[in-house]
Amino acid sequence: MSTPKPEELVQIQYTAPPEGWMNPAVEFRKGTFCYSALARNLNYLGLPNAREWQPFDADWKLPADWKRIILDGMAERLRKYRSFRLFMDICVRCGACADKCHFYIGSGDPKNMPVLRAELLRSVYRRYFTLSGQLFGSLAGARDLTEDVIKEWFYYFHQCTECRRCSVFCPYGIDTAEITMIVRELLGLIGCNINWVLEPAANCFRTGNHLGIQPHGFKDSVDFAVDELEEITGVRVEASINRKGAEVLLVVPSADYFGTPHYYTFLGYLALLHEVGLDYTFSAFASEGGNFGLFNSHEMIKRLNAKVYMEAKRLGVKWILGGECGHMWRVLHQYMDTMNGPADFLEVPVSPVTGTRFENTRSTKMVHICEFTADLIHHGKLKLDPSRNGRWNVTFHDSCNPARSMGLIEEPRYILRNVCHQFHEMPENTIREQTFCCGSGSGLGTDENFEMRMRGGLPRANAVKYVHEKHGVNLLACICAIDKATLPPLLEYWVPGVDVAGVHELVGNALVMRGEKERSTDLRGEPMVQEELAHA
Amino acid sequence: MARTRWHLKRAFSAFMAVSGVALLAGLASQVEGIRPLLAFAVPYAALTILLLGLSWRVIRWSKAPVPFRIPTVCGQEKSLPWIKAGWLESPSSTPGVIARMSLEVLLFRSLFRNTRARLGAGPKLIYGEAKWLWLGALAFHWSLLVVLLRHLRFVVEPVPRLAVFLDGVDGFFQVGAPVLYATDILLLAGLLYLLQRRLREPQIRFISLFTDYFALFLLLGIAISGVWMRYLARVDVVAVKQLALSLTIFSPSLPKNLSALFFAHLALVSALAAYLPFSKLMHVGGVFLSPTRNLANNNRSKRHVNPWNYPVKVHTYEEWEDEFRDKMKAAGMPVEKD
Repeated sequence: MSTPKPEELVQIQYTAPPEGWMNPAVEFRKGTFCYSALARNLNYLGLPNAREWQPFDADWKLPADWKRIILDGMAERLRKYRSFRLFMDICVRCGACADKCHFYIGSGDPKNMPVLRAELLRSVYRRYFTLSGQLFGSLAGARDLTEDVIKEWFYYFHQCTECRRCSVFCPYGIDTAEITMIVRELLGLIGCNINWVLEPAANCFRTGNHLGIQPHGFKDSVDFAVDELEEITGVRVEASINRKGAEVLLVVPSADYFGTPHYYTFLGYLALLHEVGLDYTFSAFASEGGNFGLFNSHEMIKRLNAKVYMEAKRLGVKWILGGECGHMWRVLHQYMDTMNGPADFLEVPVSPVTGTRFENTRSTKMVHICEFTADLIHHGKLKLDPSRNGRWNVTFHDSCNPARSMGLIEEPRYILRNVCHQFHEMPENTIREQTFCCGSGSGLGTDENFEMRMRGGLPRANAVKYVHEKHGVNLLACICAIDKATLPPLLEYWVPGVDVAGVHELVGNALVMRGEKERSTDLRGEPMVQEELAHA
Repeated sequence: MARTRWHLKRAFSAFMAVSGVALLAGLASQVEGIRPLLAFAVPYAALTILLLGLSWRVIRWSKAPVPFRIPTVCGQEKSLPWIKAGWLESPSSTPGVIARMSLEVLLFRSLFRNTRARLGAGPKLIYGEAKWLWLGALAFHWSLLVVLLRHLRFVVEPVPRLAVFLDGVDGFFQVGAPVLYATDILLLAGLLYLLQRRLREPQIRFISLFTDYFALFLLLGIAISGVWMRYLARVDVVAVKQLALSLTIFSPSLPKNLSALFFAHLALVSALAAYLPFSKLMHVGGVFLSPTRNLANNNRSKRHVNPWNYPVKVHTYEEWEDEFRDKMKAAGMPVEKD
């Protein structure tokens, strides 16, 4: 597959086609869409209408009564979600959201303006669920539901990463993520899913994690990490799995113990938790905090998330600690307690190191590791040597969900300022609640979708480029597993010369451990001497 | 050429529809027999539709549950005591939510954030200030409210203090006779800004539907006919008040000297009232119910209950261990069953 070069890709035309937007026809051009989910994944999860098909096929082999299924599905969800009904009814098309979407900025396709993406569904809602739409048709902005509309939905609702940036700017808080979630549910009813979402979901359901790593494989990688950490630091840490009676269950995204650069963050967790002597265990059964259900349906969120509380109960822990992951934390923060709570078998989390009671988690009993670490640093419990990160000039990318669904904004910054010397913020309009998505969230981070990912990631990469050129930033820190997987190719494409790391990788580098040997390499196994060079 | 046609067609048909209502009402009012219909039946019917429609819509929204607490958080969460929480943008309690909602409803907080993205050479993305939409919307909405409240003097006797007060403030500059109301200018300016924006900015033009233009022209028609009556045609205010009062006590009587212009104005207002429940103008009620704004960001400290939460098929630990037990034992991992 030939991907256009950056200088070609950036020739973006923001002009709208002359004939308006009501024609649903789309062209599935390679590089701009994701392949369909394999039938075996649907079957494993018990999802309907499994079959072999691809988006670029003319015939999608929809079930005979697909139209009724979609309309019934809409009716049901209009009854169940106030958000859905309200967001269908009250948009005034002011257009404030238009240029807030990274996919619109990067593609110039007017159907990627959040308002218009929503209208793709709203027009069908009007046609079948409102009087004016039934009476006046296209004059009232109504469209018939046709197979082409289904294809159009599939295309454009997989060009939304559920990042919620548009919702920040909407005067009514209309949240495209909510609309995208509903449409993807509807598409799922007729078996139109993407594989990059359903394969991880099926894996996760079966083995406990997205990658389909079986328990002994999980143990292998944890053991390997322990060995490697010993090699780097000279300190032998303990990392138990499925250990009953531990005080804390640690749940991390599976990429942390298998992906790069996630893995260095994993080493950071191991070093940190050993140093403060936290009595914790991993679970091979709940070896995934990330939740690809969020990109498929509310029901799938619940099905995959259930194991976190089930396992906390079985192991008899007091509370749960969660690693660095974006969408995972949207689920843990906004859905878990409602779906699978109440967690009345757990205790309100208290840091055994500082005595801090995490009152903000007194119901879910789950603490973000950045909250935990920030508290440790604040109480002076860690010996940190920021110069060990001297070769890095750091900026921080707020991951969409921790920023806009949690408000976890200051904790990671506080940590970064304590573990490295050089830190520069990206421009105001691209961080905190206005942060831009990596362009590959919500299950779109697959290689066949590469061009669209580079387009969607343009605003983020461009802000990195700004600080790279202005301050010499060479490291983008973040707290999301999808970021860590998809930002490296994005930056490679738009801003070569900037690496990506998790916040706890930098913590692990700076952490001076008791009994450690003379440190010559950082957690990447790369020489630390470069720090002096950087300072010289 | 084709580019202009699509949106102009929409805008033009909306303009014609609104003009049609005004002209039809103005002409019909010249026919003695139809006048009571325009003066009594149409306003009553419109008001009935407005009240019933509004309640129906709001009840239907309220009846739909809010299964999940999904605020769009725009500030620091309340977490560790030494980190300053954004009580307004990330409210953790009801007072914070009320404050956030008040800012949203009264001052259009979110629209105030608006920026304009521009892709420059380099490539370099630049996010510029874009406050005009906020200003135009604010001018229009607040003026409309004041104008509406000023109209109280037509339907309540004695004239409420609020209306008198607003009259004074609004005519503060004492320009012209009758005194020029600032809100009349602002209302028209706001509407014209919003209209030209729809017609001129390519993106907004592209997303605009007939209904968007219709609402704008309807409001413009009302504003223009109102201003015309007050400053140019000098409508017989006593007669208007006589009709309005008679309508409020459900004993309608029709004064003689009401102009065609007045009937056009009344018809447009009635059209707006009857149209409102079926239109996007329902945002006036909907904004209060938006779950991304009116909920606190206290998800982890207070459990939110979903009334239709149902059991789902999960993969249990037992099923999982059954599948992997042998491998787990071989790897020396603890198991429940041997």
